[in-house]
Amino acid sequence: MSLLLRGGRVIDPANGVDAVQDVLLAEGRVARVGPGLEAPAGAEVLDVTGKVVCPGFVDMHVHLREPGFEYKETVATGTRAAAAGGFTAVACMANTHPVNDNGAVTDYILAKAKVEGVVRVYPIGAVTRGLRGEELAELAELAEAGCVAFSDDGKCVQNAGLYRRALEYTLPFGVPVISHAEDTTLCQGFAMNEGVVSTEIGLPGAPAAAEDVMVARDILLAELTGAHVHIAHLSTAGAVRLVREGKARGVRVTAEVTPHHLVLTEEAVRTYDPNTKMAPPLRTKRDTEALVEALADGTIDCVATDHAPHALAEKEGEFDRAAFGIVGLETAVSLLLDRLVRPGLLPLATLVSRLSRDPARLLGLPGGSLAPGAPGDVTVLDLEQAVSVDPRHFRSRSRNTPFAGLTLTGAPALTLVGGQVVRP
Amino acid sequence: MGWTRKDLLAMRDLDAGEILLLVDTAASLQEIATREIKKVPALRGKTIVNLFYEASTRTRTSFEIAGKWLSADVVNFSASGSSTAKGESFIDTAKNIAAMSPDVVVVRHSSSGAAALLARELPCSIVNAGDGTHEHPTQALLDLLTIREKKGHFEGLHVAIVGDIAHSRVARSNIHGMRKLGMTVTVAGPPTLIPPFVQELGVKVAYRLEDAIRDVDVIMMLRLQHERMAAGLIPSLREYARYWGLSLDRLARHARPDALIMHPGPVNRGIELSPEVADGPYSVILDQVTKGVAVRMGVLLLLAGSKGGDGA
Repeated sequence: MSLLLRGGRVIDPANGVDAVQDVLLAEGRVARVGPGLEAPAGAEVLDVTGKVVCPGFVDMHVHLREPGFEYKETVATGTRAAAAGGFTAVACMANTHPVNDNGAVTDYILAKAKVEGVVRVYPIGAVTRGLRGEELAELAELAEAGCVAFSDDGKCVQNAGLYRRALEYTLPFGVPVISHAEDTTLCQGFAMNEGVVSTEIGLPGAPAAAEDVMVARDILLAELTGAHVHIAHLSTAGAVRLVREGKARGVRVTAEVTPHHLVLTEEAVRTYDPNTKMAPPLRTKRDTEALVEALADGTIDCVATDHAPHALAEKEGEFDRAAFGIVGLETAVSLLLDRLVRPGLLPLATLVSRLSRDPARLLGLPGGSLAPGAPGDVTVLDLEQAVSVDPRHFRSRSRNTPFAGLTLTGAPALTLVGGQVVRP
Repeated sequence: MGWTRKDLLAMRDLDAGEILLLVDTAASLQEIATREIKKVPALRGKTIVNLFYEASTRTRTSFEIAGKWLSADVVNFSASGSSTAKGESFIDTAKNIAAMSPDVVVVRHSSSGAAALLARELPCSIVNAGDGTHEHPTQALLDLLTIREKKGHFEGLHVAIVGDIAHSRVARSNIHGMRKLGMTVTVAGPPTLIPPFVQELGVKVAYRLEDAIRDVDVIMMLRLQHERMAAGLIPSLREYARYWGLSLDRLARHARPDALIMHPGPVNRGIELSPEVADGPYSVILDQVTKGVAVRMGVLLLLAGSKGGDGA
C-alpha cells in the first residue's frame, strides 16, 4: 500500500528542504523524497503540482472535551475538525470531566482515539488533582499511560511552591509542563483585556501584567528546577520580552501563540460578541505586532489553536456570563496563510516549521519531518484557494468562532495520516 | 434634522446634533407635567415593555410614567417572579417578549452590552436603561437637560464627576455626551476607582476632591456602592467620606458659589454627600428626576412615534 505525491513544492524544515519534489509514502511511513520518483506498481498517485507539501501539522493545544463534555466536542468530531484543518496530530488538554489526572482517563482517551479518531491524539495530563491547584496529580502514572506533557490549562497553579514541586517531580519523564499563565488575583472576574476599550465598553479587564507576572515566575521556576516550562497561548509584548530574555540566559522555556492572538485585537470586543471572549483575552495592536515578530524570530516556538469548543447556549448571551474560548482547528491554517504569509509578515517556510517540526520536537513526538522512515503524516496546502469561513460546515461539534463570514486565501488541501488520506 | 436610529444604546454612538435633538424634544415635552390632564395621544396603540433585570425604582417608574403620558400601553417585566427564575436565558425571554410585537423594549441589565445584544436580536426598538458598567444614556440626557436649563448653554462649561468612575455607567454616558457638546470634564476619585486610560476619552483626572471642584460649573457626585469596600478598592467608608464626601464646608472653601450639585441617585447621605449639600440651594437632584420623565418621553417619541405615530 503506497502513495506518491507528485509535483508539489516540498517544504520540510527539519531536513532543510524547499524544492519541487515527489514524496513517496509506503507502509504508513515516508519512503523516499526526491525529484522524479517512479510510482511503484499498484501505488496511488496524487498530482499536487502547484501545491505545498509539508510534514503533518501538529496542534499541541486543543480541547477535545471527552470525557464529560461530549455536547461540546468528542474525540471523533474534534479529530475530524483537525483533519479538515490540516492537522495530523493534536495534544488534548486535561480539563475534561472527570479530569485527566489519572491513568484510567488517559487510557480512555487513547482508546477512544484509536477507535474513533482520524488523526493522532496525544493526551496532556493534569498537574494537580482535579485541576484544583492543591496537590500533585499522579504524574508518574500519567506519564506511563502516555501523557506527552502536563498542564492545568484553563486554570493556573497559583501556589508557586506546589508548581516548583511539579516541575521537579516531572523532570525524569522528559516532558514539558505547560503553563496557562494568569495571576488570578490580578484579573478577578475579567471578561477582556484591561485597557481603553474595557474602560469604554464597561467590561472588567485583565491587565497584561496578570500574564506577565506568571510568565516571569514560571521562567524563574524553570531556572530553579532545570525543568522545561512551556508557556501556553502567550499573548502580551511583555511576556514575549520575558521569554526572549529567559531563552537568552539558557532557561528551558518555550512558548506557543494562537492564531486569534496573532490576528485580532481588543477592538474586536466592542461588538460584545461572546465569540471574542477568551483567556487570555485579545490584547492590543502593540501586542500582536510583538507576537508576530516573536513567532518569526523563534522566541515563540509554535502556533497552537487552543481549540475550545462550546455549545451555542454558552456563547450567545451576555458577554460577561459567556464561556471563554473559541474553536480554532478549522480556521487556523487559512488565517495564518492569509493574514501573515500573504502580507509578507512571516515566511511560508517559517510558518510550516512552527506548525510541524517545532511543536513535534517540543513534545518529543515522532512527526514533524519528511525524512525517510518518519511517520507518513503530511499536510498539503493550496496557497491560492479562497475559502469563506462558514461555521455551519465545521466538522467540530461547536461553532464558536469570531471569524464567520471572512474570506481567506490559502487552505489545507489534503491531510494524510500514516500514509492515508484522511477524509473528514 | 430627524431621528433615524432604531435604538438608543449609548451616548458614544450619537453625534452632537442627535444629542441636541433628544434634549430639545425632551424640553418641548416638559410642559405636559404641568397640565391638569397629563396625557397626549402621541403613542396611542404602541406597546412598550420595561424589561428590568436589575432593581430600579426611579428609572423604571420614570419610563412607565413617560410611556403612559404619551398614551402607550406600558408593560413591566421584572426578572424576579418571572421565567428567569425558572432558568430561561435572557435571549430566550427577550425573543418571547418580541414575539408579542412590542414597539419598544426598555432594558436594564447588569451585563454590559445587554442592550446591544437585544438590539441585534430583536426587530423592535431598544432603549438602554442601564447596562452593567457600560452606559445609561437617558440619565446623561436628563443631566444635560438639567444643566442647560440652569446654565443656559453647554459650550465651555466645566463639569467635575466625582466618585466611583470605574463602575459607573452614568459617568461613561455623561463623559461622551458632555465632550460632544463642547464641555470640559474632570473625573475624580481615589485611583482605584478611576478606570485605566480614562484620559483617552478626553477627560482630565484629579485625585483630590479640592482640585476637582475648583472653578467648575457643575459638580456631579456619584453613588459609592458598598461592595467596593469589600472588593478592597477603598479601605473604609469612613475614609472615603472623609476625603471624598462633599460637605458644606468643602463646597464653600473650594467651589464656586454657583456650582450646580448633581447626583444620579440614590444618594448615600453622609457618604458622598452631606445632607445639607444634598438639600442645599444649588442641589438640582430633584430637578434631575423631574427632567427624567421628559427625557424618556422624548426618547420614546423619537423611537416609536417616527413611523406612523399620531404626533404630539
